[in-house]
Amino acid sequence: MLVHLQGPWSPLLGRLTLQQIPYHVPILMVTFIVVAILAAVVLAAATYFGKWGYLWREWLTTVDHKKIGVMYILLGLIMLLRGFADALMIRTQQAMAVGPSSPGEMGAVHGYLTPFHLGQIFTAHGLIMVVFAATPLLVGLMNIIVPLQIGARDMAYPYLNALGLWLTTAGAALVMLSLFVGNFAHGGWYGFVPYFELPYSPGVGVDYWMWTFQLSAIGTSLGSINLIATIVKMRAPGMTWMRLPIFTWASLSTNLIALTSFPVLMVALALLGLDRYVGTHFYTAGMGGNLMLYNDLFWVWGHPEVYFLILPAFGIMSEIIPTFSEKTLFGYATMVIASFAIGGVSWGVWLHHFFTMAATPSVNSFYSVTTMLVGIPTGVKVFNWIFTMYRGRVRYELPMLWALLALFLLLVGGMTGMMNAFASNDYMWHNGLFVVAHFHLMVLTIAASIFGAVEYWFPKVFGFKLEQKWGTWFFWFMVIGSGITFVTMFFLGFGGMTRRLDYIPYTQWSPYLHIMLLGMVFYVVAVLFFVAHLYVSLRDRVKNRAGADVWGTGRSLEWATHSPVPAYNFAITPNVNARDEWTWRKENGLTELHPGDYEGIHMPKNTGVPLFLGILFMGLGFALIWRIWWLALLCVALIVALIIIRSFDRDTDMTIPAHAVEQVESGARDEMSATMPTAGVRGGTVIAHSIPQSGTGGISGSTTSTSPSWAPMDR
Amino acid sequence: MSASAAQKVDPAQATLWARHYAGHDMIGTRTFGFWLYMLTDAMVYAALFASLGVLSHAVNLAGGPSPSAFINPIYAYGETITLFLSVLIYGYSMVALKNGNRGAVIGSMFVAMLLGIVYLVIAGVDIGNMFAHGIFPQVSGFLSIFFTIIIYHALHILVGVVWMLVMMVQIAREGFSANVIYRLINLRLFWHFQAVIWVFVFTFVYLQGMVA
Repeated sequence: MLVHLQGPWSPLLGRLTLQQIPYHVPILMVTFIVVAILAAVVLAAATYFGKWGYLWREWLTTVDHKKIGVMYILLGLIMLLRGFADALMIRTQQAMAVGPSSPGEMGAVHGYLTPFHLGQIFTAHGLIMVVFAATPLLVGLMNIIVPLQIGARDMAYPYLNALGLWLTTAGAALVMLSLFVGNFAHGGWYGFVPYFELPYSPGVGVDYWMWTFQLSAIGTSLGSINLIATIVKMRAPGMTWMRLPIFTWASLSTNLIALTSFPVLMVALALLGLDRYVGTHFYTAGMGGNLMLYNDLFWVWGHPEVYFLILPAFGIMSEIIPTFSEKTLFGYATMVIASFAIGGVSWGVWLHHFFTMAATPSVNSFYSVTTMLVGIPTGVKVFNWIFTMYRGRVRYELPMLWALLALFLLLVGGMTGMMNAFASNDYMWHNGLFVVAHFHLMVLTIAASIFGAVEYWFPKVFGFKLEQKWGTWFFWFMVIGSGITFVTMFFLGFGGMTRRLDYIPYTQWSPYLHIMLLGMVFYVVAVLFFVAHLYVSLRDRVKNRAGADVWGTGRSLEWATHSPVPAYNFAITPNVNARDEWTWRKENGLTELHPGDYEGIHMPKNTGVPLFLGILFMGLGFALIWRIWWLALLCVALIVALIIIRSFDRDTDMTIPAHAVEQVESGARDEMSATMPTAGVRGGTVIAHSIPQSGTGGISGSTTSTSPSWAPMDR
Repeated sequence: MSASAAQKVDPAQATLWARHYAGHDMIGTRTFGFWLYMLTDAMVYAALFASLGVLSHAVNLAGGPSPSAFINPIYAYGETITLFLSVLIYGYSMVALKNGNRGAVIGSMFVAMLLGIVYLVIAGVDIGNMFAHGIFPQVSGFLSIFFTIIIYHALHILVGVVWMLVMMVQIAREGFSANVIYRLINLRLFWHFQAVIWVFVFTFVYLQGMVA
């Protein structure tokens, strides 16, 4: 049944041979040495400081939604850095390889990357940024915040939650492994058929791409089941639908998209897998295959996926902007409707990714119109945020700066998106840099929201605020870097430059490409500022300790528990009385967070099974990529056995005794009284009580020092 | 704003903490999640059936046999009867669960499982016959999707059979604990869902194939 392969194959190692290790590529070898040294240092440090037990108990086997969320975010940040390194290499190559006289180094005719190497880089850049950076970052945030906002103790299925994390991690680990064992696909992150079929891409690159993608798809679908069930089933008493915080609403909409669209991606990839492994003819040229089937299946997932990414970002902005405008969110109901309108219309626009391919004018017109429809609910959201700020007391703290940047980028990215929605326009710049610049502004909107969310909710999770100075530098360098890089990219798009070029024949584009490289320099410096930001924050964590209501004007339920949040979230499940419950409690002086008379709390026990399943799935992926059949069968057998054995485990829960709860709660007491706001925050009106605070330093000091900042937490 | 204004709570009388809150209905939550899982599986089938529609034109036969030439309705009929009987008997098992009758639950589940195995045997014979006549998934685009759908469905039946086997052991071992009950309810959803999907497979793969 299996296809005939080109090249060597052995029963023991499959296609894996020593030649598959790219020891002759200097860039990869230097990367490998750096990664190996870093890994050795981390492992040695963990052993030296005796942290293995701690890591195992507190992180690797945890089912706590907050810790799983933190690990998702760490994974996302690591992969974001990897994707950024890829971007840096693409930009450097394109700046170097301009014109026939440009020199070539390291085996390349022009620039320093061979076309094969550059192809792998831009494929990995796209795949990593979409499914291994943005997705884990957002899933991590939803994991942490949604249960807190609805007053739940944990997610609906804590075990499944951990499984989703480790499956995603397995996929990310395989992407990283492809650097040093074998190679990665080099035809673009969304794949082309029949180019990705075995006869045209005989190597393991496409297999790496396909199985890592598949692993992340499974992980994300499991996560979406969990988040939807959590929101529908786990809300605290009194948390009616119309009291749900907007971030939770956005999470619900986004996970409905994930739930319904990721299975289609699985099918698109699985059929390609059948073509490559069994020799079927789904997407082949000839033999009854259909090339367009792949495009349609892939983008039926692909377009809902981009709204899967943007909706949580909108949710984040809807949380940050009211908090720092000290006003109720304008137009709550329209915000909810808009979230679901975007989610619904996301299903009807996929064809705009291939206007130029095989559709009649009437079909193209239909998808043009549906694409433009997206602008209506998005516009509603933009106006709602603006009206929220209007006549509010806007405080330009870091989360707010990021949210405003996201708003600005959304406007520019959204307007250019409307330009792309015209099929007639798309015929001129399909596959061009104008489109690339457009969607980079959109993903930067997501990135800005994510950074804002990290600044905003970090103290809730860790109990101390991130410092402001380096964070502000980081912010402004990101702004400048984005502006220089992507505004220039729009110009190149107008000039007619297409994407993914390893050599640029027109020397008149050279200045633009160098300006974009300058933007990348700002990004590199921004990354350094980010590291400094984290380092200084960690160093000064005692000084920056925060109370429950970190920003003083928090509105939803997550601010009505201690910072850092205890394992059980709320000692006693809150009873919700209003939308913006915490604001309502502050208005009425009901801010006591120590209800007393604690009871034992029923919680799930830690388990190592999800981690082992993740490792086995990684083994399965590796075995399938290299066609090591015995290993694949072994992994499948072990996975099935492990799932069945786990189902016989009756010892999966525990009860935190009342006295332990009492102890944790009283430990949080001192910190609370010092930082608890004393006055009410009235929705829509200006705060009466404010404590003047001098500038927070950094380059935004002038903006914060002129208006009094309310309730500083840095004591 | 209007919605919360309409439901204003008097702060003096407000309940802030839900003491002695019993928590969430575990079985209901698990079952709801399983419905969501089935929605994902339904989407997988939707994509597969869409692919079947795309790959059902004359050009997709690529000179290979057309479905009307090789589909044997006797097998599909046998599969229909066994699967629907199995679902019916699994339903009896759930009636026995309501009555708390452990022996009847295990007994009827055993019969349902046997019928599932009979289904797999029929499907295996059917597919084996086609292979013997040189009708392989590799022959044409149409046959690729044809075999993918029926094998994917048969894999679900296999999962159901294994699941029933595990559940019989668990009922015998720990009786009707909350864990066992929610799994039995989910298995019921799963098993009925396979019958529903079979209706589509039968209609769009077998009947439509025969007519085409």
